[in-house]
Amino acid sequence: MIDKKLVQHVAQLAKLEFDEEQLNKFTKQLDEIITMEDQLAQVKTTGVAPTTHIARQKTSFRADEVVPTNSQEELLQNVPEQQNGLIKVPAILDNGEE
Amino acid sequence: MNFETTIGLEVHVELKTKTKMFSPSPVSYGAKPNTNANVIDFGFPGTLPTVNKYAYKLGIMTALALNAQVNQDTHFDRKNYFYPDNPKAYQITQKEQPLAHDGWIEINVDGNKKKIGIEELHIEEDAGKNTHGEAGYSYVDLNRQGTPLIEIVSKPDIKSPDEAYAYLERLRQIIQFTGASDVKMEEGSMRVDTNISVRPIGSDKLGQKIELKNLNSFKHVKNGLAFEEKRQVGILMAGGTIRPETRRYDEPTDSTILMRVKEGADDYRYFPEPDLPDYHIDSDWIDQIRQEIPEMPDKRRQRYIQDLKIPEYDAGVLTDTKEMSDFFDQTVALGADPKQVSNWLMVNVNAYMNENNLDLNQTKLTPEHLATMIGLVKDGTISSKIAKKVFAETIANGSEPKAWVESKGLVQQSDPAVLTPIIDQILDDNEQSIVDFKNGKDRAFGFLVGQIMKQTHGQANPKVVNQILTAEIKKR
Repeated sequence: MIDKKLVQHVAQLAKLEFDEEQLNKFTKQLDEIITMEDQLAQVKTTGVAPTTHIARQKTSFRADEVVPTNSQEELLQNVPEQQNGLIKVPAILDNGEE
Repeated sequence: MNFETTIGLEVHVELKTKTKMFSPSPVSYGAKPNTNANVIDFGFPGTLPTVNKYAYKLGIMTALALNAQVNQDTHFDRKNYFYPDNPKAYQITQKEQPLAHDGWIEINVDGNKKKIGIEELHIEEDAGKNTHGEAGYSYVDLNRQGTPLIEIVSKPDIKSPDEAYAYLERLRQIIQFTGASDVKMEEGSMRVDTNISVRPIGSDKLGQKIELKNLNSFKHVKNGLAFEEKRQVGILMAGGTIRPETRRYDEPTDSTILMRVKEGADDYRYFPEPDLPDYHIDSDWIDQIRQEIPEMPDKRRQRYIQDLKIPEYDAGVLTDTKEMSDFFDQTVALGADPKQVSNWLMVNVNAYMNENNLDLNQTKLTPEHLATMIGLVKDGTISSKIAKKVFAETIANGSEPKAWVESKGLVQQSDPAVLTPIIDQILDDNEQSIVDFKNGKDRAFGFLVGQIMKQTHGQANPKVVNQILTAEIKKR
């Protein structure tokens, strides 16, 4: 069962903010989607390995050889603010995330 | 009430590759900001990651050296979080099927040997680097973004800060010998996070654990854990409860300081990385990598003791780093006497490295030069006293010992035809010393040798001088 608290939590994780009306709407919609997906849970999957990909391709490696990079100028073209080749962002308090 | 401690260590190690884990941009330390990165590292829309084969190989090699089982069927997972050091807003890692599992290493604390289990090793990508500036801004350099890492997670077998220290030392040594990483804390190629809990002895449930960060050396880890151990026991003894916290080690006060109280588990919404396929690692490839693992320190130490008759302590020092051990092996392979090589490395080379704060490969000394120099002493070309001069020159300036000795006229004088007249002259000038010596004053002999050395500017071969002097005194 999806409730408003859970939707709010997921929104927070995605750095999204919703008003009361939106929250109610999304809670209902998400609940419907999850309820529909519950049907899948009725399929017997004992002894079936989890599917992580549906592509048939497997095990693709690249050799450890340097390919010339994009220039600093190119890379920083979409950066809102920069200084001495560094990306300038609002102060980060170390919240320990890695 | 008595308590027991349980410590967990999470060690991140940067793999020594030319390119990133998931992109072909270069990995290097100290490049200009945002020059060693590309659109994949920056997470531009439409870009796709590709897996660096050599990084995976180094990961497998490390896993095997740590006695772990490689997972042959694996895939990558996406760990979602927002932080400016990673503009993709997710890290590619291995959550469900890690690179390898169930390894172990043996540690030795005060003569007690103990196996410490390794829960798992997984491959992931490093994030960029933030610098905190003034006026409400931080600055991001994404050169490090995407650098290949392995994370090594210990089992809850570590019971004291001393064991944690020994585990880290051993882990660093083994990985260094594989060549998979530089494993340097000071350059960030090895990083340590730890957690610690205490519980009353006999309790079957682990205590509430505390995470510890900002550990920049093994000593910080040990001291931080020791402080935390005491702090937690203190709280429990006073009837309090331990909260789930993240704390940081504070060097000036040698204590730990609260960073934040954790509320609920982290929610990273992992899911299988859709941009990379499933992976199957061939057992043939694993076997081949197993063959390629360089000889490990324990085996080398045994070989030094048994085959080369090096004392146990010395063999331990020589195998402390791969650099030192390789240097020793190469010098011995050139025909130099193992005991001599060991003495030079342990005493003179180590002293030079410490004085100048250099690694062995940052000095100018080569195995060829050291072997040549030891040979020059052995065949009597130079005295061991002169050898110290040659060593100082060679290690500092890279001069070829033989050529330098000849150009400086330091070749030892061993020719009796040259030495005998000089010795006779000195005997003529010091008749009282001959009398003293014959009356049993041994010191008189030393005085005469000193005179001869002075006369020959220290270049006379002491052994030959002794022989001639003894014979000439007898004649008188």
